[in-house]
This record gives sequence, structure tokens and C-alpha cells, in this order.
Amino acid sequence: MTTSVDDMPQMKKFREWFENRHEYAKKWKEKTGGRVVGYYCTYVPEEILYAAEILPVRVLGSHEPESITRPYLHDMYCPFCHDTLAQGLQGRYNYLDGVTLAQSCLHMRQSYFSFADRVPNIEWSYYLPFPHGVNNPHAGDFAKHEFEKFKESVEEWTGAKISDSDLDRAIEVYNRSRELLTKVFELRKAENPPITGLHAMLIVVSSQVVDKEEHNEVLESFLEEVAEVEPDREVGTRLMLIGSEDYDIELFELIEYGMSYPATFVFEENCTGSRYFWGAVENGGDRIKALAERYVYRVPCPAKDWARGDFFGRRRFQFIENVIKEWNVDAVIIAQMKFCDPHELDIPSLRDMLDRMGVRHLHLELDLTQPVGQFRTRVEAMIEAMGEEDLFI
Amino acid sequence: MGVKVRPFECWDDFKKYRMEYYRNYLEAKENGSIRWAGSAWAFDPVPAGLGEDVYPLTGEPYGATAAFFRDFSMRALETIERKGAARDLCGYMRNYWGSVAMDKYLLADGAEIEPFPKPDFNFTIHICCTHAKWYHYAAELEGGVPTYAVDISVGPGYLLNDKKIEYVVRQLEDAIQWMEKVTGREYDDELLIRAVENEARSMTLWSKICKLNQNTPAPMEEKSMFSFYVMTLLRRSDEKIVKLYEKLYKEVESRVKRGIGALTQEQFRFVTDNPPPWPFLKVYRYLEENYGAVSVGSIYTFGLGAAWLGMDEKGENWIWEPAPTPEEAGYEIHDRRSALWWTAMFNLKYRASWQHEYSHWIRKQETYQMVKDWKADAIIMHLNRGCELWNMSTLEVRDYLVRNGVSVATYEGNMADPREFDEARTFNVIDSFMQSLGIEKLT
Repeated sequence: MTTSVDDMPQMKKFREWFENRHEYAKKWKEKTGGRVVGYYCTYVPEEILYAAEILPVRVLGSHEPESITRPYLHDMYCPFCHDTLAQGLQGRYNYLDGVTLAQSCLHMRQSYFSFADRVPNIEWSYYLPFPHGVNNPHAGDFAKHEFEKFKESVEEWTGAKISDSDLDRAIEVYNRSRELLTKVFELRKAENPPITGLHAMLIVVSSQVVDKEEHNEVLESFLEEVAEVEPDREVGTRLMLIGSEDYDIELFELIEYGMSYPATFVFEENCTGSRYFWGAVENGGDRIKALAERYVYRVPCPAKDWARGDFFGRRRFQFIENVIKEWNVDAVIIAQMKFCDPHELDIPSLRDMLDRMGVRHLHLELDLTQPVGQFRTRVEAMIEAMGEEDLFI
Repeated sequence: MGVKVRPFECWDDFKKYRMEYYRNYLEAKENGSIRWAGSAWAFDPVPAGLGEDVYPLTGEPYGATAAFFRDFSMRALETIERKGAARDLCGYMRNYWGSVAMDKYLLADGAEIEPFPKPDFNFTIHICCTHAKWYHYAAELEGGVPTYAVDISVGPGYLLNDKKIEYVVRQLEDAIQWMEKVTGREYDDELLIRAVENEARSMTLWSKICKLNQNTPAPMEEKSMFSFYVMTLLRRSDEKIVKLYEKLYKEVESRVKRGIGALTQEQFRFVTDNPPPWPFLKVYRYLEENYGAVSVGSIYTFGLGAAWLGMDEKGENWIWEPAPTPEEAGYEIHDRRSALWWTAMFNLKYRASWQHEYSHWIRKQETYQMVKDWKADAIIMHLNRGCELWNMSTLEVRDYLVRNGVSVATYEGNMADPREFDEARTFNVIDSFMQSLGIEKLT
């Protein structure tokens, strides 16, 4: 029996996929002769690509300092969009046959256009005008129309029709992935969660860069076995991570493994965490409509979550509030990618909400590389402050 | 031989309208009138259907005015930063939020009034990351003002289809019902129809006025245009704005005929691209006084509130020609739906500044064609840290223009945050650029 989650072969596999994602995609191409498409935002209906036997892989950065993007992207654009473009300009994504973006924030849009223009071998690129107003009742209808056009473009490119049964298969595989990933997060409600935020991040992000069917198999066996593993670390402060995409191993390692006080992430509310997979496709006949509704009514990215007439709220905040209660969260780390406007626009209100709930929070601004020493001091100070009453016992 | 110059005869009319605009909004409640706030890009004909006594406050021009009055701006910015707003967010918005948070309202002459006049409702659009969220948080600061944002992110005008227009029209139909509920007023479709027609006339007239600046000498310089173009962003559906533009058109046309220019010595023509650094408009005067350099326009001043044909049907070339009004297009507006359909289509298809969000290519063509059509010797680009939307594609555009033989200078700044502008460095950039092009300083 394995004694630690880190020693489980499945966890090693997730990490290997995460770290060697480019090699995986290249081998997948060699093996299948299929096409690989990079997608820039989790609003891309991957199922349509998958139904066309295309491997969708999320375009990610490498967290290495770079200056290669400076002639094309302004400095005030976020490090993530610089980092992703840098990978393309450095030739790391030369195996991609296509690239696509579902309309999200302006920064990613900017990076996507430069990527599509400047990365060699890109045969197909598609800008999908996904609705921003996901809280309005007409968004599903509009998304359906745009998804249909997206599907037509994929068909035209590949020269093959995507049938209903192709879509059914893709939806089934993706829904299975969502179900399994949700189970992973459910595990973390436990008083003594078997996995950390680092493990969760590796599981979720690896699912974004490998064939879902293959990932599901490994994840199923992981879930079967992880229950048998005795947690080997002190949970400490139960943290929730809220914010921008965050797949920086160093940050997770610092907070969960590298501080004077024990702490564990029990939930990540970001697009490399729960926002990616929360909510299934309700496939009831009209496949494209079902897909559109899932993507529109999923937990929204802050770029799309705003008041609309009779609804004066943010769906994402409602979700966060529930998670804090259900996962018994002690404190929140708001980790926002530097210059990320959608998150910055929510942060004053988010802080107000957390204050009203009596939940301690700390705001960290993420860059390409992280100021580890400074972050350690700040997170430790927050945890110390939470236990201040103990000092006088 | 110098060029004849004359002050604009209609200057005071424009100035008066702007003064009254901010005061009307302030005093609206004294007469039981309605006031609403929203982006300058909001569909302003829609609230016009609530009555003849409906007064808007559009956020971007307000933010620019605040930025111009540096002391007020500094206080507003620091107030909102203390509440957790990031410094890299939209400069206009931070001035607006700060103004609300300080509970101080700024009139066009810089007078500060307390308290900040709360709108009856916020009504805006959403195209960049900011607009809807701007008013969402403003509404929270104001204690929960009802807010409605229309999603207009349907893609560029040349790819527009009925389904995309329908998406926006449905939201506008919902918005009208919501406005009736919020204000308790019965909606008047006749007022809407008139407002939609006025909107198209205002926007098209401004395009026609901009076209006149293709002449040499240029009859207008951009710093003056800032006072003219803004009418399309305050209340373009107001008949008074149509009248102002008709008057201005005649005057500019007459200046062209009489050879009246913007500068006594026009030795260099350039265009710009972004919102200017509002607290430092002296950049324009520096260029005029030292080099006889006239800014004949920009995709910001021309594109923000005017209506242009834009990209051709194939998405290959940009056409800087005024868009047709409903009358010119043979489109009959006879009821609520046809009015909403027109305003949605017209804005989505012809508003230049709603096009270049959707690809580098569009903005490259738009800018390159402007340089050509307005006979500019160069472009001076403001790398504007205060607006992520207007900063889109700028460096890719710069690269494209240089490759296509256009002289380009760039300077970094912020349209609405006086702390983010280096005056001396900017003048150095200008001097070096002019020197590199062999442009002598005026003696």
C-alpha cells in the first residue's frame, strides 16, 4: 500500500503530464496522426474539437523570465498573456495545428492574435465571440449560434462532418472528467483532506493538456486508491485560493510545504481549478444548445459576471460563499495575476463580502515568477494574526 | 507666407452645451426629472424614451474632465486606491469611482459640488473588461443603484449578421421594461424613434466633419477637436447636438473654402491613436508651437463617437467614409423594434471603436488607412497605461506601420492619471523624433 499521495503512480503521472505537456502532445500526434489545437481560455467548447478527433490543449506559460514578447504586447498586459505568447515565440508550441480563443479578457485576446499570427505551422485559428453577459437570459441562445459557427469552421478545416454521435461521445468523456474532478474536490471537505492544493492543481491542469479519456482512466484509479492513503501531513489553516489562473508549483509548495505554520488549500476557485470543470453538460437532444448552456451558466469568470437589471449580484460570489461554508474555509488567499482587470474589478467587492462573512483574507499579486520570501512573510503573518487570541491564553 | 487662422465661431456654443450638460444632470431631481449614468458608448437613445427630461452622465468624459483638473483627480484616485482599486485599472473609471467615494461631483469648469448626485439607474454596455463592472461597483458605492449592462461583444461589424443584432436587440427590449419598472415611467416609443434618428445624424455628421480635415491646411487641430468630438459621447441622441454639428460642419466647410487653417504654419501633419494624456494636453501645443506640427486626427477622436463604413465585406481594407443615416439607407423606423434594430446594427457595424477589439489586422488597416487618407507624415502613438482597450494592438500596429514605411514615435503615459506621465521625457521623445525626420524647429 502507498503511504503518501506523492508516491502514488497516478500522482506521478499527473505531474509528468503537467511538466512534459509538450512532449505528450507531440507523441499523441505521432501516435494518432491527429491534429492538436491550443486553446486560450476555458470558455472554448473543447467537446466540439474532441468530437472532431482533435486534441485540445490549453496554452500555458512556463514561469520563466522573458523579454521576447515586448515588441508585441504592452507592459501593462498581464504576465500570463506575455508568458503564453513567449512560449509560442520560443517555438515550444510548434506542434500545434491550430489555435483558438473564446472571447474572454482583452489581454488574452491580444496574446492570442499575436500567437496566431506569429507561431509557425498554425493552419487554423478561430476567434469565438463568446457572450460576456452570461447573466442575461439571451446569452445561451447567442452562444449556441456561435458554437454552431465554430463547429462549421472545424468541419471545414478538417474536411469531416461532426456527427451527433461524435458529439455524444465527446460530451460523455468530458462530463466523466468533470464528475471525477468534482469528486477530487469533494474529498477535500474532509477534516483531514488526503490531498493538497498542489495535488489538485496538478490533477486539474494535467487534464487540460492530455487526452481526457486517458486522464479519466488514471483519475478513476487514483480516486479508488487515494481513500486508502493515510494523510501524512498536518492540515493546519484551511485555505481557499481565489483568483486568476494559477499553475505555479512554487507558490503551492511555499504555502503548503514551506512555511513555519501548517496550511492546506482545500479549494481553488480559478480557471486552473474549479471554474474549469464545475457543472456538467445536460445533454438532452440538441447537443450544441446543451454545450452552450453549460458554458454560459458555469461558474463565471469575473470577466463575464456582472449586474443585469433585476439581478444585482455576481454568480461567482454566490459560489464562493457556498464553498467557504461547505469546505469549512478558515481564510482566503486572493491570488490575482498582476494587471488582470477582471479580477481587479471584483476585488474591492470581494474583500467587502469576505469581511462581512468574517473570513480572513490576503491579497497576493502574481507575476511571472513569485517573490517567495515576501509571500511567505505575508501568509505567515495572516495565519499568526488569525491565532492572535492564543497568545494570551 | 503664413496660413490664415480664426477662432471657431461655434466654440462658445459647444462650451455652453457642455457646461449645461453637467449642471442639468446635477439639478435634474429638483424638477422631478430622471438622471442616469453609464458609459459614453451606452445606447443613449434608449433611456430617451422615458421622457424629455432625462439627463445622462457619461463616465468616460466625466473621468477625462476630472483628470484635467489634476488636484481633484489626485484626491479621487488616492481615495479609491485606499478602498482596494488597483492602479492599473481604467483611469477614467478610477476618477469616477473616486469621485463617488469622495461624494464630490465635478462641473465642467472645475467647481466641486457635494454630494455626488446619485443616478436613478445605471445603464451601460460591455465590450472591454471594464464597462459593466465599472457601474456594478459604482452602484455598490452608491448604496445599490439599479444597474443594467448590455453585452455588445458580438464581433466586428463586417461579420455582423441578424443573429448577432438580435442578441443585442433582445437585451435592449428587456432594458426598456426594466427602466419602466425602475423609474415608474411609461415608455414613449416616439421619443425613442426620434432619438435613434438623432444618434445616427450626430455620428454621421461628426464623420463628415472629420473628413474635412483631410484638406491642407487642416481646418482643425486635434486639441480643438477634443471639445467637438465629445458631444457624440455626452448625449448624441439629443437634437441640440445634431444642430451643433450641423453648424460646425458648415463652419469647417467654409474654413476649407477660405483656406483657414488650424496653424499659421503647417509644416508637419501627424495623427495619433489613443486617448490623449488629458492632464497634459500641452503636448499638442508643444508640437504646434515648436514644429508647426498639427495633429489632424486620430482613430480615438474619429472612431469613438463617429460612424464609418469601416472594414469592407471581405475584411481586407478599411474605408474611412461616413456611414449612412436611416434616411440615406432607405430604412424606415416606425416602431420600437425597428428603432432598436437600427441603433443596434448602426453601432455594431459602423462605430469604428467597436471594431478593432476583434483583431490586430483591423486596427492595422484602420490606422494605416488613416495615415494615408489624412495625408499624415507620421503617427505619434500614446502607449496609454490608463486604458487596456485602446492599448490593444498598439505595438503590433507600430510594427506593421514601420514595415510599411510610416514614421512612428511612441511615448508612454496615462490618459487620466497625472502620476503616470513624464513631461520632460515626452518632450525629449518628440524632439528626437522630429530631429530624426529632419523637421526644423520654428524660429
